Amino acid sequence: MALKLADYKTDVHNDWCPGCGDFGIVNAIQMALAEMGIQRDKAAMFSGIGCSGKTSHYINTYGVHTLHGRVLTFAQGAKIANPDLTVVAVGGDGDGLGIGAGHFVAAGRRNVDMTYIIFDNGVYGLTKGQASPTLKLGEKTKSLPSPNTNSNVNPIGLAIASGFTFVARGYSYDVRHLKDLIVQAVQHKGLSFLDVLQPCPTYNDLNTRDWYAGTDLVDEAQKRHSRIYKLEDQEFEPVVHYNSEVEVNEKLSQALIKSLEWGNKIPTGVFYKNSLVSPYTERLKDKIPNYLENPPAKQNISKNGRSNTDISKILDSLEV
Amino acid sequence: MSSVDFTWLIGGPQGSGVESGANIFSKVCAEMGYQVFGKREFYSNIKGEHSYFTVRIANKKIHSNVNDVTLMTSFDAETIFRHYDEVMSGGGIIYDSDLEDTKTDSVRTLDAPFKERLHKELESKNKPFTITGVLDIAKENGVKLFPVSFKSILEALSEETENPRLKGLVRMFNVIGVSLSLGLVKMPPDTLQKTIGSIFSRKPEVAKINQQTANYSYNYATAKFEIFNHALLRTEKEPETLLVQGFHGTALGKIACGCRFQPYYPITPASDESVFLETNELLDVIDERPGSVAVIQTEDEICAMGMTIGGALTGTRSSTCTSGPGFALMTEMLGWAGMNEVPVVITNYQRSGPSTGLPTRHGQDDLLFSVHAGHGDFPKIVYASGEIEESFYDTGNCFNYADVFQVPVIHLMDKFHASSVITCKRFDPHKISVNRGKLLEKVDDDYRRFEFTDDGISPRSRLGMDNGIFWNTGDESDETGHITEDPILRVKMMDKRMSRLDLILKSIPKVEQAISFGVEEYSIISWGSTIGPVLDAIDLLKKEGISIGLVQLKLLHPFPSEYVSSLLKDATTIIDIEANHSGQMGKLFKQNVGRDIDYFILKYSGRAMTCTEVYDSLKKIVQKKADKREVLMHGA
Repeated sequence: MALKLADYKTDVHNDWCPGCGDFGIVNAIQMALAEMGIQRDKAAMFSGIGCSGKTSHYINTYGVHTLHGRVLTFAQGAKIANPDLTVVAVGGDGDGLGIGAGHFVAAGRRNVDMTYIIFDNGVYGLTKGQASPTLKLGEKTKSLPSPNTNSNVNPIGLAIASGFTFVARGYSYDVRHLKDLIVQAVQHKGLSFLDVLQPCPTYNDLNTRDWYAGTDLVDEAQKRHSRIYKLEDQEFEPVVHYNSEVEVNEKLSQALIKSLEWGNKIPTGVFYKNSLVSPYTERLKDKIPNYLENPPAKQNISKNGRSNTDISKILDSLEV
Repeated sequence: MSSVDFTWLIGGPQGSGVESGANIFSKVCAEMGYQVFGKREFYSNIKGEHSYFTVRIANKKIHSNVNDVTLMTSFDAETIFRHYDEVMSGGGIIYDSDLEDTKTDSVRTLDAPFKERLHKELESKNKPFTITGVLDIAKENGVKLFPVSFKSILEALSEETENPRLKGLVRMFNVIGVSLSLGLVKMPPDTLQKTIGSIFSRKPEVAKINQQTANYSYNYATAKFEIFNHALLRTEKEPETLLVQGFHGTALGKIACGCRFQPYYPITPASDESVFLETNELLDVIDERPGSVAVIQTEDEICAMGMTIGGALTGTRSSTCTSGPGFALMTEMLGWAGMNEVPVVITNYQRSGPSTGLPTRHGQDDLLFSVHAGHGDFPKIVYASGEIEESFYDTGNCFNYADVFQVPVIHLMDKFHASSVITCKRFDPHKISVNRGKLLEKVDDDYRRFEFTDDGISPRSRLGMDNGIFWNTGDESDETGHITEDPILRVKMMDKRMSRLDLILKSIPKVEQAISFGVEEYSIISWGSTIGPVLDAIDLLKKEGISIGLVQLKLLHPFPSEYVSSLLKDATTIIDIEANHSGQMGKLFKQNVGRDIDYFILKYSGRAMTCTEVYDSLKKIVQKKADKREVLMHGA
């Protein structure tokens, strides 16, 4: 039975603030799932803590609302135990790049075949607007008592340095483009990362919807232009085509350079894509030949209520 | 054959083959039919610091070590300085005669507090601060000395076998020490040869050179050493005997009971279990395609716990293995697992805390922490195994508890278990039952993961199951798993989750909750690995006509108050024996049973108890000469 967009929505009351960028992201995720026709009970949404953490309750698939900073750990465990699942993890930038930064880096090294979406708004919303890891040094959003004393993390750069094999950025008010990016990210074989710029209308009065739209920017012809632009419109080529050090390094370097753009020109779209790196599940297959056909979640571990595992060879080796 | 109770000690710098030497010795003794109880002590260090292995062998069942060493073999000076006074009168020391003039000051790894104590002792006996000095004292204590130049053995052997490389091969010193010992006690040599052959079966060249060295040293001892009063002859071997190390019990229990996913982060003394699981990751399954256990090394213990929960949500039996510091990091997630009714097993091989503590030393330090781990009230089980053999079967039970009651289970093991090498009856996997509780095979419509039921346990779906969609959250939730802050629902949900503490006490068979070894006027309560030395101490006292009771507590949370109370109703004096500073189980006992502990026997030096010192303290208690709090100190 073909599933419609509405099938991926729950009837849980959504309590995000009016105008919140999160709405666009959850819509884009639901649209992407519908477009790919993923069965609801074969997909699992994992989320962290904070406003974005509620995402899993609004999507009608398996939903696991985890702990602050730890969403990737739960999600990877589930995917490794049951590689047939489509796994999408979401969380805020404070969650993933502050408390969860260690897991972010380690996940990149593993390249488990799943998707991680960061709702990037520069503030801790649910705790009333403290500075988050992507807020720039010296910036002062309205609820900060004084300007931010920390430099910011570059999420795209960190993902590239950590080994994510698909790295992209979307904008929560360009839902169609974001949906396309999510489809690509989910279909990528390996760990994909999406940094989604998401204005917090309540606490971030700097990076607002108007700011992204460039209402304050007026060019010579007296025409305003959006700060956001798409890499694909610039003929940026993010894909690693063949497995050579020169090719990989070139694509990594150009992605890193692009990730540094900010201010009046903010790139969105795919920064880097390398399908030639083996996903973690493939690496496990090298050790456990039938891992994909008989993964942990599918194994039959008993017969008539008794252990069916034969440990006699190991016991023989220990017998004196 | 008369009763044999013999303790052998080998020591040397870490990395010099002390452990492999002890393995050869233990294996030979086990092959010859003896019961073995070996224990390794080592520093938190890779190379150079002092490590030693005590192997007790007997022709009856033994559960612990004793204080007295019958024969010590030492190829370095430090071992002699540190252990000369443990050798009993009538015992022996085989030592490298080239070391006789070595001064305490030239052994850089002798730490200042130890050296100060040693110098004081030597001064008081008017002896020089050298090996000769300490050996003089040993001799005066009735210890027989067996000097031999290890270097000359290598030189002679090198000539005999025309292998010049052998001359400088000091890493053969451990095999020389073992073989000299076995020759001295007249253990038949063929088993030694066979054992070395099997240990180095993958490296025939190494096996050959070791066998030659063993043969030469063995013959040297029989020909050149004076008569020794102790002989170890072949004895009746119990059929189906295993020689195992602590981690084998829980690791094999996990494999047998169907644990198929173990994320972990390296930590002493827990990592051995995970490494063993990964080494044996491919599994034979009866009437099925091959199975496997996926062992994942994570970036930290937090991730290990998160992955374990993620795996458990897919219906996979999942666990992690850690020690105190790692467990401390897992506690936020433990609460999440409790809140979301996720069956996971955390095996905690405890060590000496607090903080990094004594990272490679023993301690039963985490009991109260485990009972209270995590913020807020949620149900969990804390379970402790006594002996290694028991831990195999307990592991299977822990997974059943987790599945049936849908709670996290903390299985307490410790460093004493982890670095003991013992003989025991071959594990019987047929005794392992697999009970997955209310885990669903198929889901009907209108499924609600946290549905209210009569027994407080809801049918459990798993991620990816047809029609089984559920939601989890660390927030309070409704029956579907969505967030709620409704006060009435909150109370119902809390009551539902917490009600299983009673259910657990009602459902788990009494014999799995606590074991009574008989209750007397004086009765001991104890738990975990400390049971071993306690059992042996009780046995020693029994021989003197003193009967002391023992109740071993296994289910420590929820605490079986009524059952334990009824077991001990005829005891007038309660003695708590455990390896921590504050008598943690005693506190738990008092809190739950409402009775005071009359005496504590505690040890927190980082070294495991011997039965000798437990015996000494118990005897003082019976003679009413003991302090309320007896603190044990034996062990270098």
